[in-house]
Amino acid sequence: MSDAFDNFLPGGKANVETTVLGADEIILNMGPQHPSTHGVLRVKLRLDGEKVVGSECVIGYLHRGVEKIAEHRSYQQFAPYVDRMDYVAAVSNGLGYCEAVEKLMGVEAPPRARVIRTILTELQRIASHLFWLGTHALDIGALTPLFYCLREREEILKIFEKYCGARLTTHAFRIGGLQYEAYDELEKDTERFCRGFDKRVDEYEALLTENRIWVGRTKGIGILNAADAIAMGVTGPVLRASGVQWDIRKAMPYAAYDQYEFSIPTGKNGDTYDRYLVRLEEMRQSRKICLQAIENIPSGPILGKVGKVLKPPPGEVYHAIEAPKGELGYYIVSDGTTQPYRVRIRPPSLVNLEALDQMIRGHLVADVVAVIGTLDIVLGEVDR
Amino acid sequence: MTDSEEKQPTRPPQADKPGETPAAPSGAAPEKPQAGGEEKPAAPAPPAPAKPATPAAPAASGAVPPKPPAPGAPAAAKPAGPPPPPKEPPLKPAPLENDLVKRYKARFGGAILEAWLDRKQAILVTTPDRLLEIAQYTRDEEKFDYLVDLTAVDWPKREKRFDLVLILYSFPKNERLRIKVLLADGEPVSSVESVWPTANWLEREIYDMFGIVFEGHSNLKRLLLPEEWQGYPLRKDYDILQQDEDWIRENLGIESGQ
Amino acid sequence: MDLHALLPFLFPVLFALVIVAVLPLIAGYIVLVERKVMADMQVRLGPMRVGPHGLLQPIADAVKLLLKEDIIPESADKLVFWGAPLISVTAAMLALAALPIGPFFQIADLNIGMLFILGISSLGIFGIVLGGWASNSHYSLMGALRSAAQLVSYETSAGMAIVGALLLAGTLSTRGIVQAQADDGVWFIFAAPVGFFIYLVASIAETNRAPFDMPEAESELVAGYMTEYSGFRWALYFLAEYTNMVVVASIAATLFLGGWMRPFANTRVFNVLDYFPLLLMLWIAGYCWRRTPKQPVFVQKVFMAAVGVLCLILAAVITLPVIAPQGSLLAAAKPGIHGAFWFLFKVGAYIYVFMWLRFTFPRYRFDQLMRLGWQFLVPLSIANVMGIAIGLTLHRQLGWPAVPALLLGIALTLGAAWYLISVGEKHEPAIVGEEGEGAADA
Repeated sequence: MSDAFDNFLPGGKANVETTVLGADEIILNMGPQHPSTHGVLRVKLRLDGEKVVGSECVIGYLHRGVEKIAEHRSYQQFAPYVDRMDYVAAVSNGLGYCEAVEKLMGVEAPPRARVIRTILTELQRIASHLFWLGTHALDIGALTPLFYCLREREEILKIFEKYCGARLTTHAFRIGGLQYEAYDELEKDTERFCRGFDKRVDEYEALLTENRIWVGRTKGIGILNAADAIAMGVTGPVLRASGVQWDIRKAMPYAAYDQYEFSIPTGKNGDTYDRYLVRLEEMRQSRKICLQAIENIPSGPILGKVGKVLKPPPGEVYHAIEAPKGELGYYIVSDGTTQPYRVRIRPPSLVNLEALDQMIRGHLVADVVAVIGTLDIVLGEVDR
Repeated sequence: MTDSEEKQPTRPPQADKPGETPAAPSGAAPEKPQAGGEEKPAAPAPPAPAKPATPAAPAASGAVPPKPPAPGAPAAAKPAGPPPPPKEPPLKPAPLENDLVKRYKARFGGAILEAWLDRKQAILVTTPDRLLEIAQYTRDEEKFDYLVDLTAVDWPKREKRFDLVLILYSFPKNERLRIKVLLADGEPVSSVESVWPTANWLEREIYDMFGIVFEGHSNLKRLLLPEEWQGYPLRKDYDILQQDEDWIRENLGIESGQ
Repeated sequence: MDLHALLPFLFPVLFALVIVAVLPLIAGYIVLVERKVMADMQVRLGPMRVGPHGLLQPIADAVKLLLKEDIIPESADKLVFWGAPLISVTAAMLALAALPIGPFFQIADLNIGMLFILGISSLGIFGIVLGGWASNSHYSLMGALRSAAQLVSYETSAGMAIVGALLLAGTLSTRGIVQAQADDGVWFIFAAPVGFFIYLVASIAETNRAPFDMPEAESELVAGYMTEYSGFRWALYFLAEYTNMVVVASIAATLFLGGWMRPFANTRVFNVLDYFPLLLMLWIAGYCWRRTPKQPVFVQKVFMAAVGVLCLILAAVITLPVIAPQGSLLAAAKPGIHGAFWFLFKVGAYIYVFMWLRFTFPRYRFDQLMRLGWQFLVPLSIANVMGIAIGLTLHRQLGWPAVPALLLGIALTLGAAWYLISVGEKHEPAIVGEEGEGAADA
């Protein structure tokens, strides 16, 4: 164990730097079992009294070897595995994977499938952000928003259950389109949800946005400026809150996003408060997209021309989507057989987590929890 | 909630979905939906030595016909197709020669082995010796400031068995680029962490899974697996079934039922 | 033994026994009420299973805690470990001695009542520090020290706020304070609203409630000084915490909310408010009877109906003195019974506000908490004392009418508050690290 600490700093032995009071630094372990680390994440903090001087993340507790498994499964067989990575937003994972394989195969999902995919993915984005908001507020001490957010999320999960039978790991899409036709009430349910949702977001804002304590706990905490964000490869709401207005849905549209009008919220300072505002606004924008989409779902087939056996021609492809957590990318190499040769999943949470060290330097231990929460990581995705 | 003042990527008029074609950054050609169209006529003509779009596609795919792409002529004889039917080329890696590739070749000469266009995505294949320079050039001159992903693929039957793949994106140009580095087993390669700090964990993961050593990395140790793990799981010769049987035999003393 | 000599001690001992016997039960039910209120604010139901609507939950919890294994860390200081919760509980309960639950229901009417309460409450801090020390755990000790630092910081401002109200009352005796409010015809919350606000905030911090519960929150990696305590010892700490809540609520009710007086006690027009307790009890009884048929099990139906009947009996007990003819024995009991009701009602309302705030606000970080205590509340409470003093001098010495004098005092205090807030915002650092040593452990 001591070897681990010895190698804590780059270049070998732990240099105990002198601190403000001339005392030793202490190393505090936020162990894998911790109420606030959103999964099995271990963070070793180097502290000067209460201030964080450095940190190191130890991950891999949830590593399941998904990329290795992919090489032994056929393309369709692998699709359910993908849901289990970011298990909070399973539909997005499925969308990315199916679209990547479709690109590899050279087929396109029919328009109806694309629109329904968009609707479900945006609902999933709202659900993921709701879950994030509830747990983040809980970490900071606000006990009530969690239950309100979960109440809304429950509506979305009911829609998913009616659509594909599962709430969490949905496996909603198939390569080439959809397997299940949209059920009769899908438009009505979505519309009813969206109609009431704006007021709910106003409720959350009323509870938190102007709250002095909330602002005090989140403003100026975990600042990441734009240049650092790009250098660290951070994506998603974290990048947008740092001031970079970039969203894959606008930059390289996929599914049916180019048909709809929505804006991309950006922040100014790149602190926790801005990330909170950005995600709230994203929920509103997702609602807008859903409302536009359900007005006009084209009719037609839901599955493109793919055979039962998928044998993409040899080659490789990289396809990325804007998952709720950031840029989720799939790099798939095919050798012409029914099983992929290599599937690489680019997890947004892993790359975002890398920025944690930089963001918590100089803050207090109590802020570490807030910053981990604001990065919105899911360990299933970090470790795969 | 203001829009950003800085870093507003100048977005070219919306390319359609697979918009990652490295269109001429000289900004000349308007992005047309069928960006592949520009490449198609280009494809057969320039790579004089190469037969167009061959499934003997070397670095890009490495399907059954092995033989790695020794710089120069790709091996297999191919029915030298006249202008291939419009449907096919997007699905087969096609050699690529556009301004971007020309600039790289002009600057790095022999280090750039090949350039491919596969599924409308540009791939540059290089040798590892000048990787750091190429990386710096790519970030500074070509403005690919965002390292999207860094990964590796194992082709055990090739002499240079690993493909180190860097997927890059440029905010100002809204383009993607893939750089592949061919590595042999045991050959160290320089780390690009100093160019893109993202590479820190990504390279650790590659070291963890493949055993590729990165020189100049600040903290090269295993990322996902425990530190005392033996073996590199994502290599093709790492058999998970075998691993399971070994473990059961050692620790439980019985034969695995699988 | 001269029984006559013992007589003066009879009632106090009786009252003390009643309080000590009943208090744990009351504390348990306050916990249940908190869980129900929490659930209500969080769109849930709360405990519903144990007993109809969860009414037997506290008893089940008490039984569980009593039956738990008593674990003591091996390297803990046994005596101190055993004694620390006792100190907390004793201090909390002792403080109840001087509080007037009604005009007749008080254990001891000390002429220094308020001072006594303040002093005894401060003793409770010992229980926390010793508990953390005795656990022989680094983190427990740190949590305990933090808790103690927080309590000490907010004692200052709480004390100053109390001083403000004492200036208005002119006496330290708790009964005297309520009497002063009756004589002046105004609750002191209207004469010193800023003082009440300061006391409200300080009392939340005194009892370690959210938003000031950082020492207890799990995100601080430990549960503070209570980490190593389990079973009955933990129950004692818990009891001490809730008794403290009752104590601070009682102090607030006594000092600021008119103690046992009915709202508008001196105005005959509002005598109709005397029927308010009756209506309240009837409403509760009616609700119980409405829910009786919906209970799943027969025993629970009987229980609910019995609760309803109990409420009716209470209603009768409360109302009879009101409607009894003047001069009869029943009518003489009215001040006592109604006084007790109104006092408990105010205490209950104050505790409800505590709970309300707990579930609405996030938590303060520890350094923000300390900054708030020392840089805002202490200066403000001193300004409050000065403001009230100025107002009273103008009124009593210089003959100004009461209302303008006190309003001037309040205005001065609010001016000080505004100044403090604006200065505080200017100095609020963006990143704590820039403050340097301020971020070190308290």
